[in-house]
Amino acid sequence: MNETDIGFWGVPLAMFAGAIRVSTPFLFVSLGECLTEKSGRINLGLEGTLVFGAMSGYAVAYLTGSPWFGVFCAGLSGCFFGAIHGYICKLPKVNDIAIGIAMMLFGTGLAFFFGKPFIQPQAPHLPSISLGGWSSLPQVRSALEINPLFFIGIALAVFMWWAFKNTRWGLIVRMTGDSAPAALAMGYSVDWVRFLATTVGGFFAGVGGAFLSLYYPGAWSEGLSSGQGLMAVALVIFARWNPLACFGAALLFGAAGALGPALQSVGITQGYYFFNAAPYLLTLFIMIASVSPKRSLKGAPGELSITK
Amino acid sequence: MADTVNQGVVAPAASAPAEFLDRIRRSSEYVVIPLFALIAAGLIFSLFLFALGHSPVTFFSLLWRGGFGTGFSWQNTLVRAAPLIFTGLCVAIPARLGLTIVGGEGALVLGGFTAAVAAIPFVHAGAPNYVVLPAMLLCATLTGAAWIGLVGALRHYRGINETIASLLMSYIAIAIMNFFVEGALRDPGNPNKPSTLPIGDANMIGNIPGVGVHWGLAAGVLVALALWILMNRTTFGFAARVTGGNVRAARAQGLSVGRLMVISCAIAGACAGLAGFFEVAAVQGRANASLAAGYGFTGILVAFLARQNALAIIPVSILLGGIAAAGGLIQRRMGMLDATVLVLQGLMFVVLLVSETLYGRFAFFRPKGN
Repeated sequence: MNETDIGFWGVPLAMFAGAIRVSTPFLFVSLGECLTEKSGRINLGLEGTLVFGAMSGYAVAYLTGSPWFGVFCAGLSGCFFGAIHGYICKLPKVNDIAIGIAMMLFGTGLAFFFGKPFIQPQAPHLPSISLGGWSSLPQVRSALEINPLFFIGIALAVFMWWAFKNTRWGLIVRMTGDSAPAALAMGYSVDWVRFLATTVGGFFAGVGGAFLSLYYPGAWSEGLSSGQGLMAVALVIFARWNPLACFGAALLFGAAGALGPALQSVGITQGYYFFNAAPYLLTLFIMIASVSPKRSLKGAPGELSITK
Repeated sequence: MADTVNQGVVAPAASAPAEFLDRIRRSSEYVVIPLFALIAAGLIFSLFLFALGHSPVTFFSLLWRGGFGTGFSWQNTLVRAAPLIFTGLCVAIPARLGLTIVGGEGALVLGGFTAAVAAIPFVHAGAPNYVVLPAMLLCATLTGAAWIGLVGALRHYRGINETIASLLMSYIAIAIMNFFVEGALRDPGNPNKPSTLPIGDANMIGNIPGVGVHWGLAAGVLVALALWILMNRTTFGFAARVTGGNVRAARAQGLSVGRLMVISCAIAGACAGLAGFFEVAAVQGRANASLAAGYGFTGILVAFLARQNALAIIPVSILLGGIAAAGGLIQRRMGMLDATVLVLQGLMFVVLLVSETLYGRFAFFRPKGN
């Protein structure tokens, strides 16, 4: 056994590194969903937004050579999908959950359609920040290669948490989500607030998608996202619509998602598919444990169709 | 309603045909608006093709030829329509109770997988096909029923959103199949594609004579018919529709909402399981990743397009089966990608849901005198 071999300590280390890497898209999608749901609407289509954001971010980064511009364009495409969702849901008699499913299929289809030529070429990756220079172990150093988007996500979570409580805009969004009649009485357009919240939420989800294709796993393919956008919706419920709790929940989900690859890295390949299913099982169990039909959830926006 | 009943009492003979026409006119709204939505989706898609430099006319003529133009394309279409009928029913039945279940893909995959696994010991013992097939059928329907029934139970007893739960369980179902197919139950004689052991040619379900389509299509039509009767002509169906209309009213009437939900979800899951059974027993002959071909997701579109009506699901399945069947031809002739069909389907779905807003807006469809 040589000096750099750390044996089974590699598993928690790989899970720590993996949690940070895997959690970033969860974090962005869940913050976007949190904003949308706070305004009283649910967007299940963020899965499609995530996939399309991953494709467009990768394509733009490949064509222009600038990964950060790719991230920005992924956010813009997310805005576009959010705006479509937000606009359609304004129409009377339209069910926001069904529209979400339709947008999920539509976004995925469009991403596969436009993304075919970009499956082979290699786009430039997002740079990462090295925080592990103090350690001599290569495993520790590679675990502490952290993408700036992770820190942007944390800052965004803190900002949203602060803004919901302390700003006029935060109050308007929360009021629209809790009681549309109250918002109307105060002279705010409920449809307009929800439209904006869905559009901005779409931007975050698109950025989350760009992280998938431009950093980790770091290439565009059709199997890139496997329900991350959907799990993020469940994650927001678990986090009780609190952006800071979203961050914690995203880390937990990231760790669950990193379990399979971490075990594989130390040579345990048995049950790879089983460990890959860990995030879905975790989501389901968390929902079972944290939701109850007898009481309404603390912090739930009153207008949200999913909790009614 | 009260209006028409009164008319009937006053002059039954004279107003019966007029009343019948009136009813046709009012219910035609449910056909005209979806058709209008389909045409609108086609137009938007034409613009999309045009903007990308493809000819919409070529596209739609190829779509017609590849889906419905020849006897061969009809066969191809109907083979794809069979699982769509089942997965469409998997969405439509719970929808009558107000539940949006979108996990048909998972129940299909798991149903097909358990059917293939159930066949292994029988095939090993050399059992005849009239023993093997019922065992497979039973396993597939029970697995599907349990899988989606669980979603219904979680919804009612734990208050978990059924849409998210059923989609998550789809991913879990596919992971379960992959886990076994790539591990303990992998066929060592098939190194290229991880699959279970084949069920054997003797146990495959044949084609309907003279049609060239397997019996799954006939089964799908029969099941759709039976479920239409169940949902529209029985007390159970009435109770289910009352629950879908207003849960509180249903509870106040003493209906056992939880039982209705779990049973409807179980029926839905059994349908998806049947789709998996026929995919294994009539098409693939073994369970592998090809089971997750997206029939469960297209089934959502089928059910919404059919407005959750079990009978309307049959023609809609054929339509969408045709679009899927034409995908290959379009890909070869126009050099377009197979994802084109996904874009068209997604667009149809979005436009269709937008068209929901049109109901009740046109005076033509309203009852007269109101």
